[in-house]
Amino acid sequence: MKTIRIGSGAGYSGDRIEPAAELAEKGDLDYLVFECLAERTIALAQQIRMKDPSAGYDPLLAARMRAVLPICAKSKVKIVTNMGAANPVAAAEATRDIARRLGLAGLKVAVVTGDDVFAYLHDHDVVLDNGKKIAEMADSVISANAYIGVAPIVEALREGADVVITGRAADPAIFMAPLIAEFGWAMDDWTKLGRGTLVGHLLECAGQVTGGYFADPGVKDAPDLARLGFPIGEVREDGELVVTKVAGSGGAVTARTVREQLLYEIHDPSAYLQPDVIADFSEVRVEEVAPDRVRVTGGKGAPKTGLLKTSVGYVDSYVGEGQISYAGPNAVARARLALDIVRERLALTGVRTTETRFDLIGIDSLHGEARTRDGDPYEVRVRVVGRTDSLAEARRIGGEVETLYTNGPAAGGGAWKSARQVVAVASALIPEAAVRTTVTIEEA
Amino acid sequence: MKLREIAHSRTGDKGDTSNISVIAYDPKDYSLLAERVTVERVAAHFARIVSGPVRRYELPNVGALNFVIEGALGGGVTRALTLDAHGKSLSSLMLDLEI
Repeated sequence: MKTIRIGSGAGYSGDRIEPAAELAEKGDLDYLVFECLAERTIALAQQIRMKDPSAGYDPLLAARMRAVLPICAKSKVKIVTNMGAANPVAAAEATRDIARRLGLAGLKVAVVTGDDVFAYLHDHDVVLDNGKKIAEMADSVISANAYIGVAPIVEALREGADVVITGRAADPAIFMAPLIAEFGWAMDDWTKLGRGTLVGHLLECAGQVTGGYFADPGVKDAPDLARLGFPIGEVREDGELVVTKVAGSGGAVTARTVREQLLYEIHDPSAYLQPDVIADFSEVRVEEVAPDRVRVTGGKGAPKTGLLKTSVGYVDSYVGEGQISYAGPNAVARARLALDIVRERLALTGVRTTETRFDLIGIDSLHGEARTRDGDPYEVRVRVVGRTDSLAEARRIGGEVETLYTNGPAAGGGAWKSARQVVAVASALIPEAAVRTTVTIEEA
Repeated sequence: MKLREIAHSRTGDKGDTSNISVIAYDPKDYSLLAERVTVERVAAHFARIVSGPVRRYELPNVGALNFVIEGALGGGVTRALTLDAHGKSLSSLMLDLEI
């Protein structure tokens, strides 16, 4: 039975690059896929594009392409990635430029466009999950993108593209598209599409299935994490998957690492909604068949909903923050005094906030009060954070923490402050027919 | 006994909803998990930091439960003021559950 090998070269935009190069060199791959878009990555990229029309794609695209293109071109490994972010066309241009400089003229680079659905959401008065319409959010809206499915990526691969670059696509879809291009699965073979989604789901966070984000020393260990190897999915024509990695790389692929990733970011495991299928992971089985080789079977699927998720990035608010540390005897009491002073100062000086937090890092900052075990910690860090309607107002919060140096309790050190704009994301479902994608292939 | 002694866990985030898996190290312990790690106990364990309902999904084939907790991320990962806006550390809180 025909089998293809897909490597996962990134789990997020800022991920390590050497493991991707290792996969390209030693993975015996057919495809190398880079998944680099989190929920609001496109909105942040769109803000960058507004300042520089030639930017707005993944900031590590050039470094990644330089690291893997020569070997991928030589070994006929095709690349699929959503590193196009808010500017796939510029990302494709940059990739062709890099290819030419590397002596790879003739490399076929495809770009998928059409995920931008701002006009549709605006013209059809679509109500987002925050209860608002885009028209009501006015200038705060930065971006609106639909999670597209496999179709345009499959088209690009069938037309001979060596590299396919998309903007927003469903994360599993950029892994499933090569399977459909290679195996010719029907787009209504829901079982196969469910299995293909399972392949994408397990691979899309890269090192999170090979022992990354897993280690708990002495309880459950994963070796050699500084040299963590990224995963390879060996996928059979019937959709059966073996997860593995390059021999000699760090980390481990075990039933445990695969089970943890199986449920990562899943709600109802029997209904994982995707653009091309409703995937069902509820009866998946996971089995170690050899060291660092785990077989995954039992994925299923049901007919797609016909709706696409869209994400709208918008300027939500501003956040100001300040931190300072106290140590030694009575540290917690001085830290609490510091919080009381800042709380009173924010009121006295009229800083307008819509939400605040007063945390003691090491005491209650993560999961609330009274989770401490025995006695006071040796050191504690104060954290004050508040939401405001302007950057100027946000700056005042960190300022009130910083002035604790000369005005607050004894021996506060390491004061730090920040103020930032908060870009948040709202979502809506729209009919798939509302999204028209286009594939353009050009040679380097 | 702490849940940590027989299970491992990973947290994922979508909007203001957290999902926290509870996976038996030994599949034979799955029935114990299903019996002891109930929606009620998890809801009580997370009550201080969670505003929404808790749902539980069962995956006997992989010896796991999946808890989906709404209102767990301080308004959502993209805007929360919390130090851990993704709620990634919530799996450690889950494993501290006394069963």
